[in-house]
Amino acid sequence: MPNKTFFWFFLPTGLAMILFIGLPIISTGIQSFYAQHDQVVKEVKKCDPFGCTVSIVVDNEETTKIRDAKPLGKFNGFGTYTDRNHLAVDEIKKFWNETESFGAFVDQVTNLPFYKALIFTLTYCLFVTPNVLLLGFIIALSLNAVARKIRGPLIFGTILPMIVTPLVGSLVLFWMIDSQGIIGANIQNLMNDPYLSLKSSKTLTWITIIIYGIWHHSPFAFVVFYAALQTVPQEPIEAAIIDGASRLQRIKHIVLPHIYPVVTFVALISLMDNFRVFEPIIGFSAEGSAQSLSWLIYDNLVNEEVILFGSAAATSMMTIIGIAILLAPVLIRTWKEFKTAR
Amino acid sequence: MDYGLDTKSTRLKTFNTIFIITWLLIACFPFIWTFWGSFKVRADFFSRSDWWYAISAFNTLVETGGKFTTNAYTEAWTEGEFWKASKNTIIVTVFVVSISLFLGTLGAYALSRSTEKYAFWILMIALIFRAMPHITLVSGYLFPFFELQIWGILPTTIVVLVAINQPFTLWLLYSFFKTVPKELDESALIDGCSYFQAFRHIIMPVMWPGVITAGLFSLMLAYNDFTVTALLLNQENHTMVPKIQSYLGTNQHEGNLMWAVSAVVSATAPLFMLVMFFQRQVISGLTAGAVKG
Repeated sequence: MPNKTFFWFFLPTGLAMILFIGLPIISTGIQSFYAQHDQVVKEVKKCDPFGCTVSIVVDNEETTKIRDAKPLGKFNGFGTYTDRNHLAVDEIKKFWNETESFGAFVDQVTNLPFYKALIFTLTYCLFVTPNVLLLGFIIALSLNAVARKIRGPLIFGTILPMIVTPLVGSLVLFWMIDSQGIIGANIQNLMNDPYLSLKSSKTLTWITIIIYGIWHHSPFAFVVFYAALQTVPQEPIEAAIIDGASRLQRIKHIVLPHIYPVVTFVALISLMDNFRVFEPIIGFSAEGSAQSLSWLIYDNLVNEEVILFGSAAATSMMTIIGIAILLAPVLIRTWKEFKTAR
Repeated sequence: MDYGLDTKSTRLKTFNTIFIITWLLIACFPFIWTFWGSFKVRADFFSRSDWWYAISAFNTLVETGGKFTTNAYTEAWTEGEFWKASKNTIIVTVFVVSISLFLGTLGAYALSRSTEKYAFWILMIALIFRAMPHITLVSGYLFPFFELQIWGILPTTIVVLVAINQPFTLWLLYSFFKTVPKELDESALIDGCSYFQAFRHIIMPVMWPGVITAGLFSLMLAYNDFTVTALLLNQENHTMVPKIQSYLGTNQHEGNLMWAVSAVVSATAPLFMLVMFFQRQVISGLTAGAVKG
């Protein structure tokens, strides 16, 4: 296709992506160097028959004036990145000098909001992604073994958790495992502990969200693996059966190598999706004990008094860097393949 | 696997059946349970004293005189203004699907027919864009949108959702267009068609399965979106998912949980119907990029 034709065909979608994905990333970058204005305060002298008092109040008029003049806020350089709510450079230095053991140091650091969120996000990715691959593969194998006639409805049932939005998915689970729900109440009875509930323990909350993640993402892995299983050639498998290979050996030496490229694809997609986890935290109302990077940004943006654009933008930029690190190996590999293919 | 030579032991078959039944229970029961509970009153579905009330409907009987009640639905749809939210969702979904299909088919067709190096790079950039968490993009939108005073209205959200949806649509349609033989449009070009005519009259008619799949995915994205709609729309224009969240209540105001339950059911039912009808397309879409690449 000539370049000129290509240009006109691609223009609308290219424009949409540049304007609403490319530019916002730049806009986020710029915003991250600014911080919201401080409130202007003034001294007010108030006199009554008993004497005069001087109090400090917020000068709303002046504050609005400054905000209107410079809506982006004041220039802060890398100040937002290094403050307590983000990389917390000073705090870490302090902890390093003050704490006695390394364990105590780690303990202190992981209590800082950004590191806390980072650790939760990584833990979530680390536990959900492999389990999704495994469970998806097992379901695909096992559905592939049932009679063709009843597969349709079974597939429909299997993909339900995937097609609902994460907020709804986590809500329907939460309503069951909450202390007033069917599962939660029964566990309380079983353990004989009326105070046992999701919110009472951090570990329990984390486990619940991770289980939710596996429940929600496995169907996707299943669908892809199931489709890939249909393309596995039959001859080598028949040959293997004649040679006396066991079922496990057949899966390990014939099926898995054949669908290997698909496994990397699923792993990549589910890693990207898991890294942005935040709706289940709202669904499970787990803000207290589990915060993810995306949730931190959301929290800044729905702030009641002033929207913390700078703070949200700084976290966003660091999230984007995190995504870039995750994607780098894939991009490098594709680039190498592309170069050798030419 | 169903091969003539492969004989399965009964034990394996039993184990397989048990596994599938267990998995289906885990996958579907929460939805069935929520559907069941949406016809109860709060004291039953979220019972403090006895979870069995949810089944025996003790309080529902006391409060409404029947074992099932549709009060939660009527209240949520009228008082809770869920009708407005569903109207907004329909508007957003219809526009997002049609615009993103229009843009996506044009772009993906060009990408699939180009042999230049930049086509590869565009696809790579689209992959990176696909990986961006939506909330990071939203944090980039909010400030400029406030300044331009286009925050809170439906058109802005529609355009944003279309753009966010483009990378995935491009990849999906690209892999579909690749399966349409080049000779088809080349012969049309030789016969004197322009590229656009070849696209419009030769390629599009054979592309319907791909277009339907891509449309379904745009629909699911627009219908299910929470991040963008919750932060870019004002209260008045909220779509269904942020509306459900507002029923949950916050520290400041108490929500109405039964509204949320019935709203969840109302929002999920159409989606399930749709997927039931188009199951084949959903599955072919999810695997299009994977199995061929």
